[in-house]
Amino acid sequence: MGKMPLWADAILVPLISLLLAAFFSAIVILGIGENPIEAFNLMVDGALKRSAGWGYTLYYTTNYIFTGLAVAVAFHARLFNIGGEGQAMIGGVGVALACLYIPWPHWSLAIVGASTAAALFGAAWAFIPAYLQAKRGSHIVITTIMFNYIAFSVLGYLLVEVLRPTGQMDPASASFPEATHLPNFHEMFAPEGSRMFRGAPANVTFFLSLLACVFVWVLIWKTRLGYDIRSFGFSETAAKYAGTSPVRITVIAMLISGALAGMMSVNTTLGESERLILNSTEGAGFVGIAVALMGRNHPIGILMAALLFGFLAQGGAELALWTDIPRELIVVIQALVILFTGALDNMVRMPLERLFLNFGRKENA
Amino acid sequence: MAAPAASTPLALELKGISKAFGPVQANKDISISVRPGTIHGIIGENGAGKSTLMSILYGFYKADSGEIYIRGQKTNIPDSQAAIAAGIGMVFQHFKLVENFTVLENIILGAEDGALLRPSLAKARKTLKTLAEEYELNVDPDAMIEDLSVGHQQRVEILKALYRQADILILDEPTGVLTPAEADQLFRILDRLRKEGKTIILITHKLREIMEYTDTVSVMRRGQMTATVQTKDTSPEGLAELMVGRKVLLQVDKEPAKPGDEILKIEGLRVVDEAGVERVKGIDLTVRAGEIVGIAGVAGNGQSELLEVLGGFQDATGSVTVNGQELPLSGHGADGQARRAAGIAHVPEDRQKEGLIMEFSAWENSVFGYHHEPEYQNGILMDNKGILAKAADQMERFDVRPPHPHLAAKNFSGGNQQKIVVAREIERNPDVLLIGQPTRGVDIGAIEFIHQQIVNLRDQGKAILLVSVELEEVLSLADRVAVMFDGQIMGERNASETDEKELGLLMAGVTGETS
Amino acid sequence: MDFLTLLQVLDSSVRLAVPLLLACLAGLYSERAGIFDIGLEGKMLAAAFAAGAFAAVSGSVWVGLLAGIGASMILSLLHGVASITFRGNQLISGVAINMLAAGMTVLIAQDWFQQGGRTPSLLTEGRLNPINLPFADMFESIPLFGPTYSELVSGHSLIVYVAFAFVPLTWWILYRTRFGLRLRAVGENPASVDTAGVSVIRLRFTAVLICGALCGVAGAYLATGLQAGFIKDMTAGRGFIALAALIFAKWRPWYALWACLLFGLLQALAVRFQSIELAGIVIPVQLMEALPFILTVVILAGFVGRAIPPRAGGEPYVKER
Repeated sequence: MGKMPLWADAILVPLISLLLAAFFSAIVILGIGENPIEAFNLMVDGALKRSAGWGYTLYYTTNYIFTGLAVAVAFHARLFNIGGEGQAMIGGVGVALACLYIPWPHWSLAIVGASTAAALFGAAWAFIPAYLQAKRGSHIVITTIMFNYIAFSVLGYLLVEVLRPTGQMDPASASFPEATHLPNFHEMFAPEGSRMFRGAPANVTFFLSLLACVFVWVLIWKTRLGYDIRSFGFSETAAKYAGTSPVRITVIAMLISGALAGMMSVNTTLGESERLILNSTEGAGFVGIAVALMGRNHPIGILMAALLFGFLAQGGAELALWTDIPRELIVVIQALVILFTGALDNMVRMPLERLFLNFGRKENA
Repeated sequence: MAAPAASTPLALELKGISKAFGPVQANKDISISVRPGTIHGIIGENGAGKSTLMSILYGFYKADSGEIYIRGQKTNIPDSQAAIAAGIGMVFQHFKLVENFTVLENIILGAEDGALLRPSLAKARKTLKTLAEEYELNVDPDAMIEDLSVGHQQRVEILKALYRQADILILDEPTGVLTPAEADQLFRILDRLRKEGKTIILITHKLREIMEYTDTVSVMRRGQMTATVQTKDTSPEGLAELMVGRKVLLQVDKEPAKPGDEILKIEGLRVVDEAGVERVKGIDLTVRAGEIVGIAGVAGNGQSELLEVLGGFQDATGSVTVNGQELPLSGHGADGQARRAAGIAHVPEDRQKEGLIMEFSAWENSVFGYHHEPEYQNGILMDNKGILAKAADQMERFDVRPPHPHLAAKNFSGGNQQKIVVAREIERNPDVLLIGQPTRGVDIGAIEFIHQQIVNLRDQGKAILLVSVELEEVLSLADRVAVMFDGQIMGERNASETDEKELGLLMAGVTGETS
Repeated sequence: MDFLTLLQVLDSSVRLAVPLLLACLAGLYSERAGIFDIGLEGKMLAAAFAAGAFAAVSGSVWVGLLAGIGASMILSLLHGVASITFRGNQLISGVAINMLAAGMTVLIAQDWFQQGGRTPSLLTEGRLNPINLPFADMFESIPLFGPTYSELVSGHSLIVYVAFAFVPLTWWILYRTRFGLRLRAVGENPASVDTAGVSVIRLRFTAVLICGALCGVAGAYLATGLQAGFIKDMTAGRGFIALAALIFAKWRPWYALWACLLFGLLQALAVRFQSIELAGIVIPVQLMEALPFILTVVILAGFVGRAIPPRAGGEPYVKER
């Protein structure tokens, strides 16, 4: 019973959910005595009207592409990975170790090494919850939440006790060597003497995230492993019938998911701060849930949703700078998007389905 | 109680009930009248609209139009509570019991007398005792539901209805999970209830039950009531024709088997499930080339586990060989892919949960389980174009309707879903075909087609192991029949030399001295 | 460790266990009815803010308590609408509620008080005051029993005693009343309740709202009992520890009490021995912080083993044809 055309499911439903989220966000802004239209204009000004704004927007977008893909890959195997935050933190540790202890001659090698380390560390952090889910039936949602808290403590310990250079006050590692500096958009695209993208953190990692989109698309829809992951996600009993090991797929899907989440730290740790700091993830792991939900677990959708959330993150920072609206407004908007595109999906979907059904009936009559 | 005179009001009368789900007209202008103190049968194929009609009567759905009269009173049934208040009790096909509650707790659930449980439980215990004496409905009130046999669980459902003082009792396919002996017991209870003046509506697709136990019968086809007759004025053939709308071949057309070499050989097979219960208790069975061996038995006696072991998704001990080659029964190499490589194809019992990914399109499903094989690969990627082309061709040849490979499996009818699975497994040209419940939920037209495909494969010299809870199907399709009861094989018979009666006894665990 | 230190640690364990216990029992009602709730954290946080804010403005802790319960129940209503009415994913709804609470509390706190997302510090009237049980002073001099009674048993705020009383009360409701029977049934097999003519939707909403109310008390206790006012993210994972305790307790009230006391003890130890060097080995403060979460994972991995959640948990109820 195809109740709705495909385009309605892929575009119309998320769009309406988004409008609902926007509407309620506007009410929240009104509620704290600000003007939502002015706020929106300010966000657009700050995030999209200047190249530096774009430089920030795309920087955040890069983070969200990685975490969104991470959530989506796990979702395809019907696993809910809430642990992106922790996996990204530990991925950052991998980046820091690779950059501090290996003398890379050139950034192009450093980014390969750092990406590998980030992916390995992120995957390792996802492995334990995955293994426990597959072998012991420990609920992966609960264990990944616990691992976020544990990751934060591990990171804190490493930064305070191990990686912090003597004499330094703030909990952070030493700066990475000059040679590992990734070219940012200013260096890559600005003509001589231009201020284009100046001071903005967007860097070459953005293109790595686009590559990750292609990788996930091919993996999920074009390979045997993707077929296994999707079929396992739809029906575990059928996957067993087909001869697919649930343990294997659970672990592999989570390893890929954790690796993608970990790779976010290439952007933040190597691309932006150029040293390991305590709070570089800034909740991007949770934003990934919203991105994956809105993007319908498809890389193209995720790319677009990540752009939207990148815009929100940068716009929200601008708001906090110029008005009394705290940055937490963005968390509220993200929550509303998760609520409407995820939990309240049926609220939008059911009336739409009825609408299409009546419409279809009239046409047939 | 004397037979009610014709002037007493009807127990139940439905007038012009219609119900649509979107574009599907599930019930169309249905009218029935049932006299008190009778058993009224409703018969029809799967999807004929029987269950929808009963759900309307029990307040699960609201009819689009039509009226319900109970004991002559026009009655509105917006929810189950109203149905219960109107004296309607329902025994669903899948019991609605809380497994880890006691019988008593299940009985009082929703019919408690006050905010505290103690008095309700005491009262229920007393009532249960009287009901047990009155209707021979003995159940231990303190037993956990999960510890009871299926037959006893069904009794709890009947007791639940009687405790709520139902006088119209609806039973939906009540014998599907019962042994023939348990079914006989059930009908004795129903007869007793009828004698006490209760009205019983029996929904079934089994002609035999209608003929033996009902007073009147209504036939449903495609959402409509095609006839209501006195049971004594009709015949099985006549009912079948009314159900399907044309003459039906009740027998499979096939030549006698010409069995060849032993292909599949099972020795001392044992299965212990996760809870530590032994499900299969040492089975020996051989299937030769060119024969169909049918496993008969009531659901839940180890047949499913047997298929799962052979299909590679259930661990076991013992020995299984195919063409003399020993198969691993646990650990590495005992999965579905290894089994397929060994020449075993498998049409599983539950096509929706096992055989198909309902959200996948037909073409993706056309390689499900075989998708790792080199012929479907194109380097590191899958050869999706090639798979699609093959699937389209296959759907054409197996008459899958509609023949659209891009349509998701869930959008096909049960029969066409089954054809997709059968096509996939038969096309592999396996040495052994396992096939479980080949025609469950499949319309009669597709049944004939699927049976023919199975017989054709047999005639090509393949070994076929058939598991079905439909005794008729096993008898008409198989060349040799083995009956399973409580994890064991109670006996083997040649299909041409046995009958339902003999097999029915074996299914109930009674080993006669007939052989 | 001398006797007095031990008493002090146990005393603070009790205090720290209370919000866990209330949230854990809250989760018990919801999950026993078949609605998973990972939004305990968010509900507590919202309640803590509302309680802190209203207590500060009104000067009355009871107004604060009511406000906390109200705020938490609004969020649980949202969870109910999403997961019962619209049959949405209960986990995703929980995530949304946690984020909503994390954002909204700071947003509103900043708008109302301009103190960087916290509420003004509460004075005595705005806080829950300890209750001295009878004879606490009299028994003081009796060795062992005296100090135990006056330090550990006496001198807590009303909510502490209420929280502990809720354990037997919950047991009684669950196993001795009609409501309890139906609640357990709807979490195991909602169809059994539905066909018995009882509304699944109403039952589940009731359970979710009870969950909201208890989370509200837990949050209010955080802001008015344990501390003097709301600060950003003050729940600090307590909602998730409570969730873990619920699993550890196999969804049973008495086990929940022991689990929460254990986790309360862990937290108390972490607070007490933050920078202590034991036998020449420095235990990093981060390990103490992470210990409840590590233990939870260990528990989830091993000892829980056969903890069987309510069978219909997490699944929206759809009437079958």
